[in-house]
Amino acid sequence: MLCQRCQKNEATIHITEVSNGEHQESHLCEQCAEADGTVVKSPATINQLLNSLIIAHSGAAELAGLTCPECGISFLEFRQQGLLGCPNDYEVFSQALEDLLVRIHGQDIHHVGKVPARGGNRQKKHVELLRLRRDLAKAVESEQYETAAKLRDQIKEFEQR
Amino acid sequence: MKLSQLAQRSGAWLKTEGPLAGIVISSRIRLARNLAGYPFLLRCDHQQRLEIQEFLSQQITTLAAPDNLEYINIDEAEDLDRQLLVERHLISHQHAKADGARGMAFSASETVSVMINEEDHLRLQTLQPGLQLDQAWQDANRLDDLFEAKLDYAFSSRFGYLTACPTNVGTGIRVSAMLHLPALKMSGQIEQVTQSARDMRLAVRGLHGEGTQAVGDFYQVSNQRTLGASEQQIIDEFKNTVVPQIVDYEKKTREKLLAEHAAFVDDKVFRALGMLQNARTISSEESLDLLSHLRMGVTLQRLPNVQLETLNDLFLRTQSAHLQQIEGRPLTAEERDIARANYIRQKLSQN
Repeated sequence: MLCQRCQKNEATIHITEVSNGEHQESHLCEQCAEADGTVVKSPATINQLLNSLIIAHSGAAELAGLTCPECGISFLEFRQQGLLGCPNDYEVFSQALEDLLVRIHGQDIHHVGKVPARGGNRQKKHVELLRLRRDLAKAVESEQYETAAKLRDQIKEFEQR
Repeated sequence: MKLSQLAQRSGAWLKTEGPLAGIVISSRIRLARNLAGYPFLLRCDHQQRLEIQEFLSQQITTLAAPDNLEYINIDEAEDLDRQLLVERHLISHQHAKADGARGMAFSASETVSVMINEEDHLRLQTLQPGLQLDQAWQDANRLDDLFEAKLDYAFSSRFGYLTACPTNVGTGIRVSAMLHLPALKMSGQIEQVTQSARDMRLAVRGLHGEGTQAVGDFYQVSNQRTLGASEQQIIDEFKNTVVPQIVDYEKKTREKLLAEHAAFVDDKVFRALGMLQNARTISSEESLDLLSHLRMGVTLQRLPNVQLETLNDLFLRTQSAHLQQIEGRPLTAEERDIARANYIRQKLSQN
């Protein structure tokens, strides 16, 4: 069925108005209905709506602006693409992530599985390595080769520890 | 090794019949790991990606030397070779299609494979025929231990193994079983099964995992929960509850169908046989549907002259990259349908 107004597009919106016991039907396309003020087109995609809901629901809109100092990803960016930027994000976003983790994995979100044989608590070292590698990438990009060489030595030294 | 050689044979694991082979095609365990001190892949630049690929490919082939893993640089591989690896469940569709430095390695038996730079730096997968999750876990755990002796993984005592997507964090384990459920499909009960599986925090997917259709009545069931339970708990729930329940449901439905509508079942099975024995051109969808009916007929002992192994081979080698590798050249869609029909007729006449 074509839109009654423009006679061009397919009518996707069908309205039945009842006044004084009389039915009146109108069939409009999306554009005409919008121009008519019958429907208001949502500016946000469903995904964006969901994300803002989740963020509002976690009770901390300020979390949306939270950014990891190591990889530079913000919590909002993470929510939009679904992937984290670096292991350190789990620390930086831990509060905001908890809600999400409960929804995915259930109430109990403390790791009870396998633990790497080596390692123990090496997190500090790992964050330091992340930082050095980030600085190295920046130094190479800005052609500061001397700094880059130093950073490479530092990374090597760190990896030996 | 040239990958085209792979297409000349069935996966070794498909030749042996595992427990409950009539319904459970395979058991699979996948572990997701990331190197500590590197960003996740999303935030890796070109150089870091390359470093990770070179480092991991070298380490893994060395550390798992007895397993004799064959390394393939996926970024440099031919399209047809990548597709072949997808069809054999050795890499994901996403890994084949992605960009940038990435690789994979696999054992000759194809029961072990690793992906480097997929969604996580490292993904280790083990596969077994039938319901053999313990065996699959034993293999995965052994290799994981070997790798862990040398590699520093991103790990926190609170969240476990840290992964790019929080849906994998904790154990990083994905336990899955590939199930063949034609009777549940035929009787219209499959929706109920997939719904109740979802209620139990399980994912139900198609033949090639994420985002794929359930063609040929194959369903891949896997756990969603990776945090807050141990690997063994997740595996035990799968092998003691989840899989046996679905298998039992499918079995009872098959028996019921046979008891009440034997002619209907036989009609499906023998029509499928007739079509497959006579078709001169056949699409992948049609062949999967018909092979599925044939497979059910074999497991219900309606077709004494056809072997399950033959059908497993047909499911695998009538896929498009396999047909082209067997022919040794790229084929058009029309040529593929002809090659597929020929291959099926020839295989079924050998029985």
